[in-house]
This record gives sequence, structure tokens and C-alpha cells, in this order.
Amino acid sequence: MNPPDAALATTSAAPAIAVDGLTKRFGAFTALDGVSFAAGQGEIMGFLGPNGAGKSTLIRILCGLLHPSAGQARVAGIDVARQPEAVRARIGYMSQKFSLYGDLSVVENLRFFAGIYSVPRAEMAGRIAYAVAMAGLGGQENTLVANLAGGWKQRLALGAAILHRPPVLFLDEPTSGVDPESRRRFWELIHTLSGDGVTVLVSTHYMDEAEYCHRIALIARGRLIALGTPLEIKRHSLDGELLALACADLGRALPLVQGAAGVRDAALFGSRIHVTVDEAARRGPELEALLAARGIAGATARPIAPTMEDSFVSLVGKAALNAATSANAAGARP
Amino acid sequence: MKLRRIQAIAVKEALQIVRDPRSLMIALLVPLMQMVIFGYGVNLDIRHIPLCVLDHENGQQSRNLVARFAASNYFSLRRAAGSDREVAQALDEGDCGIALVIPADFSQRLNDGGRATVQALLDGTDSNTANIAAGYAKSVVAAFSAAAQLDAVQRRGGTLQTQTPVGVEARVWFNEALESRNFIVPGIVALVMAIVGAQLTSLTIAREWERGTMELLVSTPVQPMELMIGKLLPYFAVGLADAAICLGLAVFWFEVPFHGTVATLLFTSSLFLTVVLCIGYLVSVSIRSQVGASQVALLATMLPTTLLSGFSFPIEQMPAAVQAATFLVSARYYVEILKAVFLKGAGVVELAVPILCLALYAAVVVVLAARAFRKTLD
Ligand SMILES: Nc1ncnc2c1ncn2[C@@H]1O[C@H](COP(=O)(O)OP(=O)(O)OP(=O)(O)O)[C@@H](O)[C@H]1O
Ligand SMILES: [Mg+2]
Repeated sequence: MNPPDAALATTSAAPAIAVDGLTKRFGAFTALDGVSFAAGQGEIMGFLGPNGAGKSTLIRILCGLLHPSAGQARVAGIDVARQPEAVRARIGYMSQKFSLYGDLSVVENLRFFAGIYSVPRAEMAGRIAYAVAMAGLGGQENTLVANLAGGWKQRLALGAAILHRPPVLFLDEPTSGVDPESRRRFWELIHTLSGDGVTVLVSTHYMDEAEYCHRIALIARGRLIALGTPLEIKRHSLDGELLALACADLGRALPLVQGAAGVRDAALFGSRIHVTVDEAARRGPELEALLAARGIAGATARPIAPTMEDSFVSLVGKAALNAATSANAAGARP
Repeated sequence: MKLRRIQAIAVKEALQIVRDPRSLMIALLVPLMQMVIFGYGVNLDIRHIPLCVLDHENGQQSRNLVARFAASNYFSLRRAAGSDREVAQALDEGDCGIALVIPADFSQRLNDGGRATVQALLDGTDSNTANIAAGYAKSVVAAFSAAAQLDAVQRRGGTLQTQTPVGVEARVWFNEALESRNFIVPGIVALVMAIVGAQLTSLTIAREWERGTMELLVSTPVQPMELMIGKLLPYFAVGLADAAICLGLAVFWFEVPFHGTVATLLFTSSLFLTVVLCIGYLVSVSIRSQVGASQVALLATMLPTTLLSGFSFPIEQMPAAVQAATFLVSARYYVEILKAVFLKGAGVVELAVPILCLALYAAVVVVLAARAFRKTLD
């Protein structure tokens, strides 16, 4: 992969993306609420959040597709709301819904976007060949895109988005509905691009994918609730240590565990209960003994490292709690 | 504006048209069918109108007149009535479109050199057909009276030469009937092109919204004007093929005399095509669903063209306010141009006024259509 066009690249001084107090309202509904962050050149920034969190809304604002209700966003040093056209020439975008032309072949789609982005004619053939190779579609140049499998479609869409070598890429759930092997290949491509200095902003539902990002931003109900490297997020999200508890009657065990000494939080996690405690080494045996005393067989608690999902559940839960208490406080005021 | 982008869009759009042969077939067959249906709709109405005759005299002259009616292509003798009541019944039941009542003193008045009057009763529920039928009845009677006068003059020893004006008058009457079709078919060409042209482009933007391809397209640096020109170019080619079909049918099938030049026709038709394609595009930009866009485009072109272009209802007979409204109907200028090109062989110079009006119209719609497209999802 060649580095992004120097003329279109951001200066290294300014961050590739700078967002400040970004808010988007649809009528009375606030989809995005005072979001601020910055991303540097070559950074892979992941947006993680449940359905309807506002990930797509944020990306659309940064692409100049939606006008922010309040706040400011700069992409490649340019104010998106004021100069959306200047931003559009410097970004690549993969929308959440597949949006290449199904009734056109692989190369016809690539030629179209090369023309739209005014890729120099002399370089066109080379860049299209690169995109085809990158997507692993060699030999299928003339296949209609509608007939491609999901993983290939997504890689082709990525190929189309980088034909003009944008310094900033926005990928909205690029791997949803794609098999694990294709997802892995896709993330390799993202890292290659990042290595070439392209800033990549990618949203996802998959917790494991968050680990591939340099930094992640957790979004829930339009608010940015956490921002940091995967390690930072996992460390700071839990106040305490984590135990995985296996036993016979999970339904009966959960309230018992929640009420036990030193337990800060407990939630069902598949066939286990994940328990946040003040001190894992001490509380593990205590919990085992407690459940055995109450007649629940086979209780074993073992300390585990928190996963992104644990952090996510914990952070989203706290954010919801905060929102509820602040709403109550507001309601209690005369 | 970049030529490069226009080219990319035009190529992509053309590929999509070619990849969808069913829609392309429809785009070419519909105008053909509409021309035939509308064309014959007009022509069939005024042929073989069922005629009921109440001949109070039943003499040589009156039977001659009835025979003339029966021999013309416009009337078919359906019934010989015996009484006024029977006549009323025939009209009421829709059995006959016109009834002819010949007085008992018909021959006598005619031979006395005075005026003989026959009464024509018409079914007025379809006023258009009734008017046309009345016109034909007049022309048959006129032909008959011309022949009768000629007869009378010759019997008195006059020469044919001195009486030619009567003969001329009879022929003019008959030509008028023929001309009405010649006037109407160019109007139908305009109507069909307006409908089909707007339909062609009415889906082009809505389709991209529905398929989700528009979201990506608006995130690119493409400009509204580039998008519009690129998208219209391939449809312009299809529209020209449609125009060729319509105009070809008018000349070779309906045999409307063509006195103009193909160049004038091509130029003015291109202008009109630009207008209707842009109207369809404007609708497509404003309405993001394909079904909605198609229906609005149909209404927006068919209604004003049918009612206000002057092809079916003469503009001079409309109330002043409605007449003013016709200036906003692009087909009005094209109908005027087509009639003049076909029947009078008019060229660009004679048609300067309607051509300029159409060009102005095209410019306004182009700008409106390009501006209506907003590169945002808001
Ligand atoms: N144009 C719009 N008009 C009104 N509401 C909207 C609009 N676009 C989005 N929303 C609402 O804003 C909220 C955030 O939507 P958004 O698509 O940004 O979420 P998301 O995080 O991308 O969700 P998903 O993971 O399902 O894609 C949702 O509740 C959605 O219903
Ligand atoms: Mg989304």
C-alpha cells in the first residue's frame, strides 16, 4: 500500500480527527450528546456501543452527511460543518449498509469510484489492480458484485473507499455478518492501512474486534462513556477483581452472590456468573463455601482477567445508573 | 464541474440501463403502445358514429341525403325511426350517437330554391364526440346542398364554371375533418413524450436511496450538477429513441403530412426532452421512494399536458386565468412547434418564440433540478 497522497494528508501537528461537544438531535430525540475526542494520524480508533448508541450518526456527521446540531468536528484539519466538500475529498467511507452497485461488476464499480474521486488517469489501472488484489478478487474482476459473498463484498467496498488514498477512513460496522476468517483478513487490511499513516475510525458490535484497535471509545445512548486503549478500558472499568463462578443452579445462586460480603457486582455471563469483588483470592473460597452451605452443588470460583465485554457491561450499567440518578436529582429539584 | 465525474456517472448509469433489459424494453414499447392507443382512441371515436334517421318525407331528395350519410365513413346507419319517440329512445339508450330528422317538406323547399333545414340531434354526454359528429353532419349536408345547388343551376342551364365556389366550399368542409386528426396526432406525440420522458428519470435518484447506494455517493466529492448531467445523458439517448418511435408513427402510421425538416424536429424535440427528463429528475430528487416518484411524475406530466397543452382543448376557448396557466406547461410550446413543423413546414426562425420559451423553461428546470439535490441525509 502506498502512503496517502501528500497533498491530501493532514499535517502531523493537528490531529486527524478532532471532535468537540458534538451533538445531534432528530426532533426531540438526542442521538448524540456532547461527544468529544481526538484521533491522531495512523491511529485505529474503534467505536463500540449497543444498537442505537449513535455510532452511525457520529460517523455520518464526520463524513459531512449530517449537520451537527451543536459542537464542532474537524477532519484532516477541516471543519466538517463549514466545508463538507473539502472534507469529502479527503475521506473514504464504508457505510453500514453495503452501498456498491450490485448490477455492476467488480472493476466497473472500481472504475466508477476512481472517476468520481478523479483518480489521475495514468494511475487508475494500477490502483484498481491494487484494490482487486487487496480484496482477494483476482480473477473475479468481471463478476457482478451482487453475486459476491459477504466477506468479498466488504473487502471490495474497502478497496473502493481507498482508491483515492484518503488520509482518513470511516468504516461503519464493516465486518457485520461476515465469517470469522474474513473478519480476521479485514482487520489485517485495516492494520496495513494504519501502518501507511491512514487514520481509521471503525465502529463495531464485536467485542473481540475492539482489542484490535489502538484506542476504543465506548458509546451508549449518544454519550461517550469511556475512551482509552483496550487495556486501559479493561483495567479502569472494574472497581475490583473478577471471578468466574460456575455452579449448578445459576438462577438461585445469583441473588445469594449479589448479597455476599465483598461483592460489588454480579451478572450472568453464559453458563457462569461473573462476580466483581474487592479481593479475588479471599472472596473466591468464601463464595464457594456460601453456595455449598445453601445446598448449591459444584460451586467453583476462579479469578479471571476481565474481557472487553465485562468492561462494556459494567460501564454501560454505570452510565445508565448515572443517567437515572442525575435525572432523579433534576426531577427532585423544585 | 469535472468532465471526469460526469463521464463516470454516465457510464455507470448506461451500464445499469443495459443490465436491466426488461425496463429498457418497457421504455421503448410503452411509447409505441401509447401512440397507437391514443392515436386510435382519437380516430376511432369519430368513425362510424351510429346514426338514426327519422325521414318524414321519404322522397327522392331525402333518401339521397340519407344515402350520403350512410356512404360516409363517419356514420353508420343503425336505425330508421318511425316517430319522434323512437328517436328519443335511440339516443337515450345510447343506441345511436346522432339522429337526423328530415322534415316532410324537404324536397319542396329545396326545389323552390329556398332553405331546407334538417335537424341533427346529438348525444351530448360525450361533448367532444358530439361536437365532432355535428361537424361531420354539417359537412355531409354541405356536400349534399352543394350538389343539389349544382344540380339546380345546371337544370336552369348555367355552366359548371360559374358555380365553382360552391364546389370549393364543399371540399373545405371535408378537409376540416381530416385536419383535426393531423392536428391531434402531433399533440399525442408531445403527450407520450412528456409521460415517458419524466418516467425514465423519475426513478433514477429514488432507486439509489432505496438501495442504499446514495449514502456512499453523497459522501464523495460529486457535485449535484455533475450527478444530474451524468445521469440524464444515457436517458437522453433512450428518450431520443422514444421520440423517433413517436414521430415515426405519426408520419408513417398515422400519415400526418410532414412538411418540415428532420433537423428542426431533432433540435426542438431534444429541447423538450431536456425539459421532461429534468422534471422527472426533479421529482426523483424530491421523493425518495420509487413508487411515489413514478406516480408523481406521471401526474405532473400527464395532467397538465392533457388539459393545458392545447392538444385536446383549444387554448383560445379557455377562461383567461386558465389560459395564463398554460404558459407554465412546457408541452404547450412543443405542441405548437410540432403542429407548425408538421403541417406548415416551419423552421427554427418561424418558431423562434416557442423555441425560446422552451429553452428558457429547460434552463429553469435544469437549475431547479440541480439545486434540489442536497448532499445530506438530514
Ligand atoms: N434520521 C434519523 N431520524 C431520527 N432518528 C434517527 C435518525 N437516524 C438515527 N436516528 C436514531 O438515532 C439513534 C442512533 O442511531 P445510530 O444509527 O447512530 O445508532 P448506531 O449506534 O449506529 O446503531 P446500530 O448499531 O444499530 O447501527 C437511534 O435511536 C436511531 O433510531
Ligand atoms: Mg449504525
